Amino acid sequence: MSVRRLAAEQPESFAFTPENLEWAKAQIKKYPEGRQASAVLPILWRAQEQMGGWLPEPALRYVADMLGMAPIRIYEIATFYTMFNLAPVGRYYVQVCGTTPCWLRGAGAIKDTCRKLIGEPGHVTKDGLFSWTEVECLGACVNAPVAQINKDYYEDLTPESLTWILENLKAGRHVAPGPQNGRQASAPLGGPNTLIDPELYRNEEPDDAVPAPVLASDEPKGPGAAADVRERAVPKPPLAKGRKPRSK
Amino acid sequence: MLKDKDRIFKNLYGLHSWRLKAARARGAWDGTKKIIERGHDAIIDEVKASGLRGRGGAGFPTGLKWSFMPKQSDGRPSYLVINADESEPGTCKDRDIMRHDPQLLIEGALIAAFAMRAHVSYIYIRGEFIREREILQAAIDEAYDAKLIGKNNVNGWDFELYLHHGAGAYICGEETALLESLEGKKGMPRLKPPFPANVGLYGAPTTVNNVETIAVVPDILRRGATWFASLGRPNNTGTKIFCLSGHVNTPCNVEEEMGVPLRELIDHYGGGVIGGWDNLLAVIPGGSSVACIPASECDDLPMDFDSLKALNTGLGTAGVIVMDKSTDIIRAISRLAYFYKHESCGQCTPCREGTGWMWRVLERMAKGEAEKAEIDMLLDVSYQVEGHTICALGDAAAWPVQGLIRHFHREIEARIDAQATKPIAPSVPVAAE
Repeated sequence: MSVRRLAAEQPESFAFTPENLEWAKAQIKKYPEGRQASAVLPILWRAQEQMGGWLPEPALRYVADMLGMAPIRIYEIATFYTMFNLAPVGRYYVQVCGTTPCWLRGAGAIKDTCRKLIGEPGHVTKDGLFSWTEVECLGACVNAPVAQINKDYYEDLTPESLTWILENLKAGRHVAPGPQNGRQASAPLGGPNTLIDPELYRNEEPDDAVPAPVLASDEPKGPGAAADVRERAVPKPPLAKGRKPRSK
Repeated sequence: MLKDKDRIFKNLYGLHSWRLKAARARGAWDGTKKIIERGHDAIIDEVKASGLRGRGGAGFPTGLKWSFMPKQSDGRPSYLVINADESEPGTCKDRDIMRHDPQLLIEGALIAAFAMRAHVSYIYIRGEFIREREILQAAIDEAYDAKLIGKNNVNGWDFELYLHHGAGAYICGEETALLESLEGKKGMPRLKPPFPANVGLYGAPTTVNNVETIAVVPDILRRGATWFASLGRPNNTGTKIFCLSGHVNTPCNVEEEMGVPLRELIDHYGGGVIGGWDNLLAVIPGGSSVACIPASECDDLPMDFDSLKALNTGLGTAGVIVMDKSTDIIRAISRLAYFYKHESCGQCTPCREGTGWMWRVLERMAKGEAEKAEIDMLLDVSYQVEGHTICALGDAAAWPVQGLIRHFHREIEARIDAQATKPIAPSVPVAAE
């Protein structure tokens, strides 16, 4: 268990934007009648996104009213689930995985880099751009060490590559997420030695093969942007090398 | 070695498109209607005959689990819940299925739901997988648009599939905690019985299956139970995605036959142990919740449920964590103990107090600041935690510690001896966090 408390300073009030309110109502419809409490995690998550990465107390009460739940149930949930931040975070919130598989591959050095560049865990830099924390297993162990920055995983990190990423983010430049050492997703570095039989893919069309990273919609978004707000209707399928997007 | 044509996840590495059109070209949704037409019980029998065991860690026979669901409804609906809350350290297989081959999961969900007479299914994906969630939702939307799922779909079984996400709690991977979380509560496991097949989500009959278990079902039914059962050995059949992490030259995911020798996995796919096979110290063969095994047991070790169980460890989720001789094994296990302390839900006293206690003792042992008698005391406490909690998190926290003491007792003693030349600071009582 981890001890988590609400922040000392809280805003006066909270209300969803009209778009988020409509989205929240659609979420409630996914569950049977009278089971609207089921939508609490997605709706709290959306509230956190609207607040720029943290959940103030008024938002908890707002969601409690919306779902007809006792406020204490929402406080329980907000303090139980560790992805809910109860205090403000930086615009780029760096979550470094420190569990054993990442630790074996050098998560210690990644944490030291964060300490050097950002400060102690939980501290927000003066410009409001960065804060970091150590988290438990992010579930990308074959790409260790891993850090999640806002919505994206940055994998196969070294202190140098993390420094480079943070410098670029600070300068407002986009950094492609995924493995930072040039490998393809969870394939071994240097290319896979399985799934190479062309017979498996004979029915595919040429543009179904993609050497580019699959993490679609990789443009950085502000923490205020909603989770499934996309630049496009659906994530763009990656393109084969040298191919141009088909015009509609 | 498994041939490419026998692999189920043809886009494991995302070298091809995840979109519906490409997935169909690779074989997804081929003849699903015919499979559905075979009937509920025929599908369950086929899955039973294939010998498929759950891929989420416990290895419970899937067909048997499905057969617990009621054949006649008493007015309550049946639910299929898919556990995509993949958080076991060392494991990252479901992530690849969801972001690279989501249609296999969606098709499997339809077939499994049909076999269990369920019309509604929820996928519970962990909160951190935001991009994976976007892709999976887009894939579900595509399947709806193509009328493969939904009301009056082309496959002839009305089926609604919803994606739900968590918010960072490892315990929600436990099936009853997952159901609690899905109902909008803290993820605290429920007492069993009643089992979810009788009283599950919203009090209705529910089956919870792992992503990989569901995603292999369409291929089993398409290619036949005999094909699946011909891979591996009896009671340990089929293919499995192994995740190789830690001190190997090229960490990766790979789908292999059950029972593949550990050394072949590490040498052929992982590029060998860093510094060579002789530099191997220990392996955690099935995700953090199982005991580690020393290098001496790793030659000729088949990776399947029963072989590993015989060594007092387990296949778990097949997350293979390799540690070479540069590893401080005490600190490595201590870090896992911290993980369990952090993730304990706090419901049962042996786990809430025991996980923190074990972590604090291991931290001292890593520095050598402990008494030798404490090693046996730690082992004793681990047995007090194991089996005395509502869910298996207590067991999962105890097993790595037991594995450490079983195989690396001397390491701990040596460290205590090395430290003993220096005076030990008087211990300060610390309150449990």
